Amino acid sequence: MGCGVTKSDQFHKHSGKAVTTIRAAVLIQRWYRQYVARTEMRRRYTWHIFQSIEYSGEQAQIKLYNFLGYLMDNFTPSSNERNLISHIFRENDICRDAEWERYFCYKKIEVPEIYSGPHLTFPLTVEQAVGLVEAFRNKKQLHSRYALQLLLETWKLLRMLPNINRISTCHSKEITICGDLHGQLEDLLLIFYKNGMPSLEKPYVFNGDFVDRGKDSIEILLILFAFLLVYPSDVYLNRGNHEDHIVNLRYGFTKEVLTKYKMHGKRILKLLQKIFSWLPLATVIDQKVLVLHGGISDSTDLNLLARLDRHNYISALRPPKKRNQSSASTSMDSDLDEDVWGANRIFQRRASLTFPKPLGARDCFHNRSLQDFSDRIKVNVETELEIRRRRRSAFNAVMKEPETETPTLSFDSVYSDNAKEEWKQILDLLWSDPMAQEGCVPNEVRGGGCYWGPDITEDFLNKHNLQLIIRSHECKQDGYEFCHNRKVLTLFSASNYYDVGSNRGAYVKLGPDLVPYVVQYQASSMIRELTVRQSVGRTERSALKVLREQLFAHKSDLICAFKKFDSENTGVVSLNDWASAVESVMHLDLPWRMLRCQLVTRKTSEGMIDYYDWFNELAIIGPNSDNIDQSLLETLYRHRSTLETIFRIVDTDNSGFITMEDFRQTWKLLSVYLKMEITDEAISDLAVTIDSNQDGSIDIDEFMEAFRLTDKKSRLERGRSMFMGTATDLTKLEGDPNI
Amino acid sequence: MAESNNQSAETKLSDVHKRIKAAFETFDNAANNTVDVREIGTIIYSLGCFPSQADLHDFIAEVEEDHSGYIHLDRFLPAMTKVLLEHKFPPIPKDLLLQAFEVLDKDNKGYLEPEELTKYMTQEGEPFTQEEMEEMLTGLADHERNVIYYKDVINQLAIDPDM
Repeated sequence: MGCGVTKSDQFHKHSGKAVTTIRAAVLIQRWYRQYVARTEMRRRYTWHIFQSIEYSGEQAQIKLYNFLGYLMDNFTPSSNERNLISHIFRENDICRDAEWERYFCYKKIEVPEIYSGPHLTFPLTVEQAVGLVEAFRNKKQLHSRYALQLLLETWKLLRMLPNINRISTCHSKEITICGDLHGQLEDLLLIFYKNGMPSLEKPYVFNGDFVDRGKDSIEILLILFAFLLVYPSDVYLNRGNHEDHIVNLRYGFTKEVLTKYKMHGKRILKLLQKIFSWLPLATVIDQKVLVLHGGISDSTDLNLLARLDRHNYISALRPPKKRNQSSASTSMDSDLDEDVWGANRIFQRRASLTFPKPLGARDCFHNRSLQDFSDRIKVNVETELEIRRRRRSAFNAVMKEPETETPTLSFDSVYSDNAKEEWKQILDLLWSDPMAQEGCVPNEVRGGGCYWGPDITEDFLNKHNLQLIIRSHECKQDGYEFCHNRKVLTLFSASNYYDVGSNRGAYVKLGPDLVPYVVQYQASSMIRELTVRQSVGRTERSALKVLREQLFAHKSDLICAFKKFDSENTGVVSLNDWASAVESVMHLDLPWRMLRCQLVTRKTSEGMIDYYDWFNELAIIGPNSDNIDQSLLETLYRHRSTLETIFRIVDTDNSGFITMEDFRQTWKLLSVYLKMEITDEAISDLAVTIDSNQDGSIDIDEFMEAFRLTDKKSRLERGRSMFMGTATDLTKLEGDPNI
Repeated sequence: MAESNNQSAETKLSDVHKRIKAAFETFDNAANNTVDVREIGTIIYSLGCFPSQADLHDFIAEVEEDHSGYIHLDRFLPAMTKVLLEHKFPPIPKDLLLQAFEVLDKDNKGYLEPEELTKYMTQEGEPFTQEEMEEMLTGLADHERNVIYYKDVINQLAIDPDM
């Protein structure tokens, strides 16, 4: 052509038509491929956001538990703080069946005429089990009388089961294995719809984590237990790390039960504690396939696991006490609750003071006060707060400093080596995750169990003559994932776990050939109609909302960090410095530079960020809080879950209310734990704003609600994000559209 | 003056490096500074570049280690830095994109039928796979009329300026 070729001539329709068409096609293809790639990238980092926050929450719970355990072991008997929390550490007594049966007695509970839910008679029949599923599908609730009865029968059955179930495929065609359900009833219903309910021809293995996070945990348990009672040789349950009352305090199950069963919730929870401890630890299929919840470590020994007394581990987070403790401890051990012992309550607490003193270096802390303790814990908390990059740094840490205190559970010198070993075995089983690198290192991200490598899998399988490990514990986008040369299969059955559209769920069918056949699904018809772009966009918005709230909650630390890059106090920093500052404060292993454009939309003409302005841009609003100390508020936002967990622990009668005095004590506890100053005055201001009826007690839910952060930007979007603060939100969700 | 220019060049370089590393690490599953060669396209695209398939092949040829199927960060980083600093694969301006669509829309309807678009995308230029085509149609087609209103689509899938 001539030299006057302008841009518009590039696609001049009347010349070189074929060439033009090709050029146009290439352009469009390039453009579209770029768009797809960007979407994929967004999907990946959205996932990272949710997962990061989830794991740091788990870690926080373990740290909290450690802290409380430390208090328990080391405080002067008269310490108020110790009294507040001692009850969660009371160990179960050796079985006094008659007393327990009396405590859990359902016979006196009357079922009113207006009750429209199912009536159960025992022994349970399959029609009743199916009827129960139907009833729950129709949003009915099972009356506490029947719930208690069902749980009692379940408890009796579980006590007869071995630690490791051993089943075979020869009597039936295929075994169906399901992963984490986390209280998501619609997923269980979807599985039953697609695959059929459990029966003699259709055996099932449920691999733990039935409860927490989702809003129908108790319904799922009741369904699983009902089928277990009806088909004891065809339904197998493995314990998960969430079948643990300590974890339940933070993640919503405790609250769900107390909300749904106002009168008898406490008893139900107590009975469930026992039931959880009696759940088998693993299942072996055809002596070749091992199914367990978390994973293994380099020391996992199935023989040891088969022999131990699993019911001694009420919570996997704390080792059992030695049996031969002094007799004075039996009254402390007994955790028959206050209702039953009534006037002996004070006696109870004093009796607990005879807790035998731990041996070893920690003796000297006995007579120290809370203040002294805070200096000590300052060091620990600081090292614990250094969260390094998940796999690499954990590996390095172990290599360099074998004696370093990691934020994992600590062993107390009171316990025998045997007990410690057993405990570690169980912990590893329930909490570990696979990693790509070889070796075995402590799982510092979650705070319990290990990361284990493909070489460990290889050795383990050879040692025990197995061919495959099926585990759950980790959410996967496709509902499942193979690793370690396809010798380890992760299976996750809670779809839309992080948010609507975040992931599919899956279950596995295993026939005599022992080749896993995976079936995927996704609850909520709404999702199927969304395009990839829309569903990624939706989940991404949700994740970013959560992230913005977290950023806002760390405002003062962030401003400090920004100032370090802004020595001349200009109020602006570069994009790069913004990312570095955020990285250093947030301790979430996220690609901040990739997220930058989503989180920072306003820049100055020189391409810098006005950081004060940026906080306004985040558009997060807190409650009207003029009279409340700002740093206290920020603590509240940042540590919502921890605070709520402590409240629930302090609320010993599970009423949902705590006294003003206990409220103050809770804040004191928190201030020590977080090593910060909180004045009595500041606490009083807080309390006063919320004690609206001036009766000296505080409604926990009301309190947490009043101090919620809300995101102005997405007020209209009430997606199923589970991280909108605390577990409180879970039970207040609108129902998802039905399948 | 010169000094502050140098400084800003340095920080700019460091920033570029960090961005490249962040994108790379998202696909570094084994945490050993390598990614599967099949993911390189996605990484490069996500850094705001618009290479053609031919461009990608050339790039990969430069950085891949002996057809191992993996690309190491040590080789990716300098090559990618060069691409970014030289703006080697710049974004496509909206108006050019519009013209491209208009070329394909021979009857000037203002939209494209799925069959039309499919024909071009799977037979011309650097053809789409069937999977890519299906994804495109699901993503771009108007739900009710089942045609692609390309003007709207171009506006919706706006390009990210910061990258």
